Amino acid sequence: MTEFFQQVVSGLALGAIYAALALALVLIHRATGVINFAQGEMAMFTTYIAWTLTTNHGWDKWLAFAATLVLAFIGGVAIQRTVIRPIERASILTIVIVTIGLVLIFNGAAGWIWTAEVRFFPSLFPNETVSVGGVAISVIDLGTIAVVLVLVALLWAFFQFTKIGLALRASALNPDASRLVGVRVGWMLAIGWGLAAMLGAVAGILTAPTTTLDPTMMQAILIYAFAAAVLGGIDSPFGAVAGGLLLGVGLNLVGNYIDFVGADLRLPVALLIILVVLLVRPAGLFGKPIARRV
Amino acid sequence: MRRVGLQRRDAVGAAVFLLAVGAVMFLPRFISDFRAQQLAYVGIYFIALIGLNILTGFTGQISLGHGAFMAIGGYTTAILISDQGLAIGSHVFSGDMRDLWTIPLAGLVAGVAGFLFGFPALRLTGLYLALATFAVAVATPAVIRKFEHFTGGGAGINLFESPRLTGVSKTDPITFESTEGVDILGFHIATFNEWLYYLSWTIALVLFAVAWFVLRGRVGRAFRAIRDSELAAASAGVNLARYKTLAFGISAFYAGVAGSLLGIATTFVNPDTFPITLSIFLLVGVVVGGLGSLWPLVLGAVFIQFLPLWAQSLNDYLPSGLDLPSGLGRLDVPNFRAPGAPAVVYGVVLILVMLAFPGGAAGLVRRLRALPALVRRR
Repeated sequence: MTEFFQQVVSGLALGAIYAALALALVLIHRATGVINFAQGEMAMFTTYIAWTLTTNHGWDKWLAFAATLVLAFIGGVAIQRTVIRPIERASILTIVIVTIGLVLIFNGAAGWIWTAEVRFFPSLFPNETVSVGGVAISVIDLGTIAVVLVLVALLWAFFQFTKIGLALRASALNPDASRLVGVRVGWMLAIGWGLAAMLGAVAGILTAPTTTLDPTMMQAILIYAFAAAVLGGIDSPFGAVAGGLLLGVGLNLVGNYIDFVGADLRLPVALLIILVVLLVRPAGLFGKPIARRV
Repeated sequence: MRRVGLQRRDAVGAAVFLLAVGAVMFLPRFISDFRAQQLAYVGIYFIALIGLNILTGFTGQISLGHGAFMAIGGYTTAILISDQGLAIGSHVFSGDMRDLWTIPLAGLVAGVAGFLFGFPALRLTGLYLALATFAVAVATPAVIRKFEHFTGGGAGINLFESPRLTGVSKTDPITFESTEGVDILGFHIATFNEWLYYLSWTIALVLFAVAWFVLRGRVGRAFRAIRDSELAAASAGVNLARYKTLAFGISAFYAGVAGSLLGIATTFVNPDTFPITLSIFLLVGVVVGGLGSLWPLVLGAVFIQFLPLWAQSLNDYLPSGLDLPSGLGRLDVPNFRAPGAPAVVYGVVLILVMLAFPGGAAGLVRRLRALPALVRRR
């Protein structure tokens, strides 16, 4: 039972990371109907920036964390303005291909600048355990869960209580009407990309201490985030978080208690979840089914 | 205009095709062995690109996971060649036709897999299909590693002990000594690379002709109708399920043949032979050649084979650095020989093509062709 409890907590920590990246995917998909295949590579790239700031320049961990989030936001906005905006009205295929181009650029650039060598990335939290009801729980896991939950709460408050948040929601819901009442929809979409890049950076910085840092670090995490977003409903921010946590715990338990799956088949299991959800209930657990008028 | 039988366009096309066949036949006389190997890979990519374009460019069904079908083809050939009652890896190549027959078999196995994948894919459109196929491509190496007794796990399978010519072995009728090299239609093929070149390009040209023939008829029209509007196609009587699964099947067959040839060319397969980047590079090749085009895909194949080399030689043409004015220091030109540089160039080209020339090379050619007419109208 002790082990089970530990597995659930570490599953929640993994799930929190999936949730952060899934939320990034959902933010962009809600606003523009696009899935950003480069979300994982962008996250990996920003994690390298955080690594450079702490390891090479000796910055404080939390300061580097904050600076990376700011840089990620600026980077996300810049990408939307330069490469995504010109093809806004193009076909889905075009947009997917451009984000695949971004995957290649970020993956290549990371290898180019930092080489493919595996790096050690320090955790934001001490590598200790605390006892909760007699069960030893890793502080890193608890910290990861806390960071993501705080971030989600802040984001929710931002969308709910600020004027920009309102404008963001409006332009996602009805861009034409928003334009009529004076919302600068183009910039709102760019801000959406910035926020998504920030969430990705958080996911990357929380992932790196456990997996070590290298250019392929986020590829599997991105698939888990896809699975989480699809499971929760690709248009539902709440669903993305719930889906992420559910998937994290589920995969961790399946991987640890079913020998056949083990550590190797977690990725194919995530793929299976994506396929089954898309086939059986495309709207996900928390999404609204879409009726298409023809 | 009445469409009766063969048209003038088709005759011109056939003539150009024959010229291309001739060029492919005689080219190895003028190039080095190393170049022949590179061009063999171009032929292999060409086959895979035709397959992907039948699905994505002609039928409008996006696939980010065609490397997975290539893996099925590659592993089919590897298992069939190496597993002849001997332990994996200890097979000494015998030099008969049995090895070559694994190529169409690999295509068939992959084709059936593609056809079956087509059924769940029927319910996925656009973005969701991209997502599902991407996940397939990422998950493939993990699956290959897991079923170790079958696939050799992470170590993979050696097809031959050493690269040998396969197909027709030349054995002296009296001494029974086999000599290197084979004679086909009066051509003496002396090296493995040259033989690889002829093998891949023979198959590529045949499959190109097949694709051209299939796409110009009823099936091709159905594919294009589905791409342009599924709704309109369905109301015009196109059976969506039948044609979409058919497109998946044909497309995967091509990918399987290409994967099989890739396995033979590298003489071994392992999970890293078919990484996610392979699937992505195939998409790059199709986009550069032109979505919904056939012969310009050769340019796409040349592009994915040679771009890393071109990117690495960029430094030969660029100055090593620029002196900035008034004490701002010196701006170093990045080193394009470093790992990662080619991927960045791929990505930049991919985005630039999508932004500036969405039609790829085919679109560019079409525009250039339209130019004289525009000038005349002035």
